[in-house]
Amino acid sequence: MSSTKYILGVFDDPDEMMHGIDKLQKNSVPIYDVYTPMPIHGIDAKLGVKDSRLGYAAFMFGCMGGTTIFTLVYYFLVHDWPMDIGGKNAFAIPDFIPVTFEWTVLFASYGMAFTFFFATHLFPGRAPRVMDLRATNDKFVIAIDAKGNIPHEDITNILKEAGASEVKHNDRKYVSYE
Amino acid sequence: MASHSESIIREPLITGKNITYGQITDDILRPVENMPGKAWWIGFTVASLGAMLWVFSISYTFWFGIGSWGLNKTVGWAWDITGFVWWVGIGHAGTLISAVLLLFRQNWRNSINRSAEAMTIFAVICAATYIGAHMGRPWMAVYSLPLPNQYGSLWVNFNSPLIWDVFAISTYFSVSLVFWYTGLLPDMASIRDRATGIRRRIYSVASFGWTGSVKTWQRFETVSLILAGLSTPLVLSVHTIVSMDFATSLEPGWHTTIFPPYFVAGAIFSGFAMVQTLLLVTRKVLGLENYITMFHIESMNKIILVTGSVVGVAYITEFFIAYYSGGEYEQYTFLNRFIGPYWWAACMMYGCNVLMTQMMWSKKVRTNIPISWVLSIIVNIGMWFERFVIIVVSLHRDYLPSSWAMFYPTWIDVGVFIGSIGIFFTMFLLFIRVMPAVAIAEVKLLLKSASEQAKKKQIEEGHFDESHVEFYKENLIKFDSVDHSEYEKA
Repeated sequence: MSSTKYILGVFDDPDEMMHGIDKLQKNSVPIYDVYTPMPIHGIDAKLGVKDSRLGYAAFMFGCMGGTTIFTLVYYFLVHDWPMDIGGKNAFAIPDFIPVTFEWTVLFASYGMAFTFFFATHLFPGRAPRVMDLRATNDKFVIAIDAKGNIPHEDITNILKEAGASEVKHNDRKYVSYE
Repeated sequence: MASHSESIIREPLITGKNITYGQITDDILRPVENMPGKAWWIGFTVASLGAMLWVFSISYTFWFGIGSWGLNKTVGWAWDITGFVWWVGIGHAGTLISAVLLLFRQNWRNSINRSAEAMTIFAVICAATYIGAHMGRPWMAVYSLPLPNQYGSLWVNFNSPLIWDVFAISTYFSVSLVFWYTGLLPDMASIRDRATGIRRRIYSVASFGWTGSVKTWQRFETVSLILAGLSTPLVLSVHTIVSMDFATSLEPGWHTTIFPPYFVAGAIFSGFAMVQTLLLVTRKVLGLENYITMFHIESMNKIILVTGSVVGVAYITEFFIAYYSGGEYEQYTFLNRFIGPYWWAACMMYGCNVLMTQMMWSKKVRTNIPISWVLSIIVNIGMWFERFVIIVVSLHRDYLPSSWAMFYPTWIDVGVFIGSIGIFFTMFLLFIRVMPAVAIAEVKLLLKSASEQAKKKQIEEGHFDESHVEFYKENLIKFDSVDHSEYEKA
């Protein structure tokens, strides 16, 4: 039995890689993931990756930040320690706007960034699980799960025809620890 | 993305021929992966000496108190707040380049955003040190935060612009930091995957396990865009709030409604000048002429020209309103700027910020590197004087002639200021040693669309009509990083 876990199509050019994805999809070869050194626009639609919902997270965190600081300021200046300065109203909403705005932005930014790290499993010291070390430099890599797929030779041929400069049959999922 | 190509009438954003994705990584990571050159060591030594001066001056200040500065009862704010506002202003260009230009889809930001963002972080750190030192008893800084304390219901006053400032600057610094670091992840992964040994381990921790998979990139771009959308109003709010520190007072020269937009324009102006100062040297020393091109330099000069002119209009408006208000104290304050004892400071302010920058109407000036560099420093000097004039010259003569006084800086004042510049450059020089000065992944995006070689290939394939090609070639003449003989043949 073959020990190959993943077949990697390594491309030098993003256009050729896109062409490779088309060819694989035409031949009903499911793609595990694609690794690139830069964002490739249009690839998510091609691979059927759903739109990111991080914008909703940012909105919710922003609302939380704004509400939190406004509530705190209300508590501090209106409820806990109202000051009579020239008979002015303690509940001075215009004065509360700058800090409310700042915390809305602060919570939205940090909340969204941490949601991104959490959802994408990024955190300090996480072992990098890359399949090919050159995928963060100058190679565009299509990874295909070898298990239960069509003959590996056929996949190799499809990738080569699409312009892959190299096809690798990895018997390990990740190569970072090498 | 990759098949998309830009109009030929746009100048290239990456010059040079036979540039590959691998070469972009090599070029940008060269200073990170190799020992620094002589120029870096000279710069680092000078900057470190400056930083040591700062350490000494600040230690002296903390030991002997604020009395070691030249402040007096009339001029309670002087070089400290001048330095603070100057540094905060400098920081603003970084966010503008990374956020506003991203929202406007200005691809030329890709080569300069990383250094500009780093500059923001370091400039805001310098600004924060001024605030810490200015407090006199910096260990009491914690009381500027709304924390429960032993004095019962004693809370900070949220009606005060000084507290708005605490929130604005701390939020600005935090958000800039997360924006900058998130953007660094893919590039740190690039360093990690090329490194060995201990370096690989360090960058492995720092890159958060970045893989560059499709979903990660999609989320990364969403985060970048939303952070840009959030940072844009943030950057405007920060300097608006800084201006309110002055504008909400009743001090002649400070109590001005034009301050918020005037300060924001000034911040962009001085910030872009500092980016220019840094990048003109960085591109030369690190050999990044192909990525930070004359187009980038000219574009920044255009922004300096526009914002300098906006600042000029703000100066004129200030004068007009002082005259039109009919307020004798207000009128005297503005008259005092020219005929008072600090007339030379006002001359520096108007001369450097308004007159000198108008030279940039000339394309020859905008595309001349030594002149651009000198002008960028002149702008920074002018903007420092602007803050000095607003703060010291307004304060030293107010309503009561009996309280009029002069401000003379002590050598500790000078040491803190020169030292803060040393701290800034030390941090920047260390940054370019350990992190890429140009965003590698973002520049790679431009290779197939906006690079010189992509455009040249399209010209050779006959995709453009002759007049456009001629126009393109004419614009290339100003590029110092383009081999012009290549085009003579074409």
